[in-house]
Amino acid sequence: MKTLRIQYFALLREQRGLTQEQLATEAATPRALYEELRAQHGFTLPADRVRAAINGEFSSADAPLREGDEVVFIPPVAGG
Amino acid sequence: MFRIANTPLSPAELKPLLSDAHAGACVEFEGWVRNHNEGRPVLALDYEAFAPLAEKEGERILAEAKAKFEIREAVCVHRVGALAIGDLAVWVGVSAAHRGAAFDACRYIIDEAKARVPIWKKEHYADGSTEWVNCATRPSAES
Repeated sequence: MKTLRIQYFALLREQRGLTQEQLATEAATPRALYEELRAQHGFTLPADRVRAAINGEFSSADAPLREGDEVVFIPPVAGG
Repeated sequence: MFRIANTPLSPAELKPLLSDAHAGACVEFEGWVRNHNEGRPVLALDYEAFAPLAEKEGERILAEAKAKFEIREAVCVHRVGALAIGDLAVWVGVSAAHRGAAFDACRYIIDEAKARVPIWKKEHYADGSTEWVNCATRPSAES
């Protein structure tokens, strides 16, 4: 079990109803964590349309998650 | 310089950042909030960003533009918050010795920023509904 801090933006922020939370999880990767959260909170975006960032940098969906990591899931972007 | 701003953008204040005695050309791009998208009337937009990573990725795009094109300076600032029709959402400015590189780099920067920088846009439609652009999970033909 590790404790992570998760920040939510845009569609995910609205669907979670929070901007951030601390979470204890067994998830080993961002992909596993997203699936866990999606099942819990009914996120509409499938995992393959969401990018992950760990500690303020883009990461692979299969990167290892470590105690204390700050995780952000990035829905499809739309700047401009 | 790439920045996320939560107050109105001022091109007059940004443009001096492009000044360079070697520059003979300056290209500026302004992205405005328009009143329609994909056939639906739009009343207003909310922009939101993951600012630390947006600025990091934006700086990488500017560095790429400087490596690819013969330019002197490049600046991009993107607004976040609640915007109205006609508001300035994004400003890109490039200076270069010659106009070709300035046009090409400006186009590159706005195209890459739209595709890669973690910024999101929520549209408020005339019928009262809202949508996070690019986040629909059903084809828009169904809506």
